[in-house]
Amino acid sequence: MKVIYVDNNATTRVAPEVLEEMLPYFSEFYGNPSSMHTFGGMVEHKVAEARERVGRLLGASPEEIIFTSCGTESDSTAIRAAILSNPNKKHIVTSRVEHPAVKNLYEYLSKNGYRVTFVPVDRKGRLDLDYLYKSLDEDTAIVSIMWANNESGVIFPIEEIGGVLKEKGIVFHTDAVQAVGKIPMDLKNTSVDMLSLSGHKLHGPKGVGALYVRKGTKYSPFLIGGHQEKGRRGGTENVASIIGLGKASELAGANLSDENTRIKRLRDKLENEILKRVPNTMINGDRDNRLPNTTSIAFEYVEGESILLMMDEYGICASSGSACTSGSLEPSHVLRAMGVPFTAAHGSIRFSLSIYNTEKEIDFIIEKLPPIIERLRELSPFWKKAV
Amino acid sequence: MWEYTKTVKDHFLNPRNVGVINDADGIGEVGSLACGDALTLYFKLDENKRIKDAKFQTFGCASAIASSSALTEMLKGLSLEEAEKITNEDIAEFLGGLPKQKMHCSVMGRDALEKAISNYRGEAEKKVEGEIVCECFGVTDLEIERAVRENSLKSIEDVTNYVKAGGGCESCHDKIQKIIDTTLGREIRAKKKVIRLTNIQKIKLIEETLEREIKPALKKDGGDIELVDVDGNNVLVKLQGTCATCSASQITLKHYVESKLRELVSPELLVEEVSS
Repeated sequence: MKVIYVDNNATTRVAPEVLEEMLPYFSEFYGNPSSMHTFGGMVEHKVAEARERVGRLLGASPEEIIFTSCGTESDSTAIRAAILSNPNKKHIVTSRVEHPAVKNLYEYLSKNGYRVTFVPVDRKGRLDLDYLYKSLDEDTAIVSIMWANNESGVIFPIEEIGGVLKEKGIVFHTDAVQAVGKIPMDLKNTSVDMLSLSGHKLHGPKGVGALYVRKGTKYSPFLIGGHQEKGRRGGTENVASIIGLGKASELAGANLSDENTRIKRLRDKLENEILKRVPNTMINGDRDNRLPNTTSIAFEYVEGESILLMMDEYGICASSGSACTSGSLEPSHVLRAMGVPFTAAHGSIRFSLSIYNTEKEIDFIIEKLPPIIERLRELSPFWKKAV
Repeated sequence: MWEYTKTVKDHFLNPRNVGVINDADGIGEVGSLACGDALTLYFKLDENKRIKDAKFQTFGCASAIASSSALTEMLKGLSLEEAEKITNEDIAEFLGGLPKQKMHCSVMGRDALEKAISNYRGEAEKKVEGEIVCECFGVTDLEIERAVRENSLKSIEDVTNYVKAGGGCESCHDKIQKIIDTTLGREIRAKKKVIRLTNIQKIKLIEETLEREIKPALKKDGGDIELVDVDGNNVLVKLQGTCATCSASQITLKHYVESKLRELVSPELLVEEVSS
């Protein structure tokens, strides 16, 4: 069965160019970049090239890039580093719509002596900046706010927040896992102190990530061990994947304009056509300020898992905003924080496109999805009562 | 990934008996939009009071739709007395099993069936019985207790999987744990009661337990214990050695000796010390 993959905020296909560049570094050039011999040194050069490529995509210098194993490791490293460097400060700030990588760490810290502020969002998923700024005080050790939300795609004003925090001297971290490669960034002209990214969200391999740490930011390693990454992250480098992440970053930079024109147009076509063809449907999130590839569509009176499973019959891969697998049937914390009504939250589907999606695929979804919703609504006891 | 059986998938993709029976004899409605799933069940009886037709409408995930479809198939041809005996386990079994976190779908089917039968019999809509424990999903202590008892649930996660309670804000987790503990505790005790000991058996078992379990433990601390008499459920003992002079001996007696005897012999025993 042909697969129509529109779940790119979950993970992406490794680009063929990326794979090609990685392959020799498994069994041909398998040297350790820390070795003294030329064979290892060759690999070290390639890792250095990857560091430059990642830096270039972010507008950062190579020394500011630390390779990690994933986005979660980058997040944990950044937040723990900020806390360790400010041992007397016991207040930490984040948003209510963070990825579990940040959210659950903050919840853990809240049970271990930290006062936590979770900044709310409005109905369109936009951050309450007043609330954020008012929560800051002398005791604030770090603010961690995601650059863009994985479910709604809403982009937060990272530059603006960074400016305010810089004045107050508070460490600012951003989980940019969903934003890197989808929107332009120039970190040297922002006030972000630390930034997390993940390889597999931008057509690189799984199991590799990076943490940007601005020069001069107080830092302490999370993985303590060898001298790798200048002592900032112990452990032998995941060489092939780091090289893959470097290549993926280069490609992402080159594809940024395609992402923001062609992909954005396909995303807009998908949501506009669905809104037109399916009644009682709405978009979750601020349509004017979103990632170009993401749409979260709420279908009233139907349940997300059923929609996904019926789309699965056609090979269409997307994801739902309800956590039906948990048994509790609670909609996602993001949709709840946004105040999406229950009638719509349970039936929310996220489509996230990539440069590999074609117009034909989008047309196929536009053709297949409306009858699925219609069919499920026929089954639903609420539908006829509602309309 | 969905871990659904072929039967579940079939009943989801090709649901049987979807719709409304306008002149239904019994209608049962459970769930709500807020809860994430809901089911309305209809049945019609023939002249012999057997279920001639059953239909459903369901809002929910694949297994909720499949459970409803399965239930309507199971109902056809049954008398109400037979239908009443259908449990959530039966529905899950009909489908070749359901993933654990989806068992609440089968519970929803059983609840709708109970409601539809009450509706037919003209029984007033049962008031919410018991006390609400889970505010998020409106689940009462009695509902949780029933699910724990009928399905031998052992953890809060199990309870959430079966009746959703505790799946929201999680503030009721302590209460749910207590219900699990008391329900299972009661079960174990109830089973034990079945074994009724005669007086001789009881005395023998007390002696054995003292020799095997209690004396060796007391001897470690230089103490000892002697059985003086057994009068009904009163066990009369004499503490010896260091126990006789120990200021904590009453605690030893109640907390250790009595609880050990209650656990291993009979929960009704009372231990008393007789002075020498």
